Amino acid sequence: MTAADPTPQDARRATHRAVEAVWRIESARLIARLARLVSDVGLAEELAQDALVVALERWPQTGVPEDPGPWLLATAKHRAIDRLRRQERYARKLTLLARDAQIRQEYAEAERDAELDDHIGDDLLRLVFTAAHPVLSGEAKVALTLRLLGGLTTPEIARAFLVPESTAAQRIVRAKRTLVAANVRFELPTRAELPERLAAVLEVVYLIFNEGYAATSGPNWARPELCHEALRLGRLLAGLLPAEPAVHGLLALMELQASRLRARVDAAGQPVPLLDQDRRSWDRLLIRRGLDGLARAESLGIGSYTLQAAIAACHARATRAEQTDWPRIVALYEVLAHLQPSPVVLLNRAAAVGLAGDPTRGLVLVDELAQERALRDYPQLPAVRGELLARLGHAGPARDEFLRAAELTRNDGERALFRRRADGLVG
Amino acid sequence: MRYLALLKAIQPDTPAPPELMAAIMKLGEEATTAGVLLDQGGLLPSAAGWRVDVSAGKLAVTDGPFAEAKEIISYAVYDVRDREEAVEWTSRFMKLHRDMWPGWSGETEVRKVFGPEDFAPPA
Repeated sequence: MTAADPTPQDARRATHRAVEAVWRIESARLIARLARLVSDVGLAEELAQDALVVALERWPQTGVPEDPGPWLLATAKHRAIDRLRRQERYARKLTLLARDAQIRQEYAEAERDAELDDHIGDDLLRLVFTAAHPVLSGEAKVALTLRLLGGLTTPEIARAFLVPESTAAQRIVRAKRTLVAANVRFELPTRAELPERLAAVLEVVYLIFNEGYAATSGPNWARPELCHEALRLGRLLAGLLPAEPAVHGLLALMELQASRLRARVDAAGQPVPLLDQDRRSWDRLLIRRGLDGLARAESLGIGSYTLQAAIAACHARATRAEQTDWPRIVALYEVLAHLQPSPVVLLNRAAAVGLAGDPTRGLVLVDELAQERALRDYPQLPAVRGELLARLGHAGPARDEFLRAAELTRNDGERALFRRRADGLVG
Repeated sequence: MRYLALLKAIQPDTPAPPELMAAIMKLGEEATTAGVLLDQGGLLPSAAGWRVDVSAGKLAVTDGPFAEAKEIISYAVYDVRDREEAVEWTSRFMKLHRDMWPGWSGETEVRKVFGPEDFAPPA
């Protein structure tokens, strides 16, 4: 690489990247508007892609239009009409024709509708709920949400989830087909359906976040890009559903957890446990946003995401690990365990009780969970036991627990961390 | 990745047109909902600020105003996927000024906040 002037090829690539960035900024709104017109998110996404192809051809010559959103929408609509014409000519399926007529009427209405912008919030929400529709599998929901709302390409989704591109492409194609086959309409859930449907959406977003935050397998401890993708989705939801406490709770939780991303890995790329982190490198801006979001969530109502955010906030507020308000954390876990008595929550509560100054009681609580099937191969169970045994001065048994945790984890960095803890304990 | 944008301008004597303020609010809302605008704020003129200088081993606090061609007007912090997205958002912001405030001239200086990607080994 020399310091020579950029080649025409470099310039072309730079223009392409600029066009793609504009498209990505517009893509969710573009797909949402198109989906309302054609009542099919799969088709809408293809039309949006068509518009990108046209933009990549034209904009390098003409420059990016002053207002690229409407340009992309108009271009995609032309493509839609082209497709309809072709279908009219070659396909004589009655159902299709009936739908075409309906679509064309909707176009006419949309053209007249100068205030299209006013509906964009609703259209985006429809897109959010459709991408996480109950007829879809978990993997399909994640892939479709990243694709339709995040504007991620198939290779980007494949990279994020460490799967081959063909697998990611398959997931998206299958998800789109499932929506068509199940005749899923592009609509908002009813008030009665909302809690359950919203829970599904939030679960998808948190899954994306966690996949980035604690990569369950493989060499990377965290993939921060995925965390940031989930954060942007969470912020989008908070803008679209400002009155929903769970949305703000989840967003606050993610902002607070993401504030520690930098500190969770040392210079050698090895994971650093929460209590050993250099808190000076926590992200103050994300902490402030998280605490603000938590206050908003708490003012709207208490749910499990909000409680988890409140627990994360106890850590965020402590400038040194010794200042952590453990009694408050235990109290919050008590409420959370009541609301959501999952084995993992109960294990975390046990750990908090132990760290709050009562390792014996913590250990009793952990042992009550030993028979839980869900925790049988869960590396955090022996890790918590190890931690509490170490605090009680039982170095030998603590060491065995950490070695057991190292055996169970599928994450390379975490394995090294547990081994280091074991090595540090002399029985 | 995170970017800091600083708006610097020579403010005309006329007050900012209300349409511009409305358009800035709308763009800010769009960027917030898109999840990319993390923080932003307007700044008082340098008359209300100060500088703390260290030179030749001496520390000195000097109150504003400072004679600068352009005043710093506001700041914004963006969280975007790449540089091009940041360029697009900041360009949109500047286009509003160009289109709605005749006689206005200014610039947005954008700086990248150090991130993990900046520590990556050279490819």
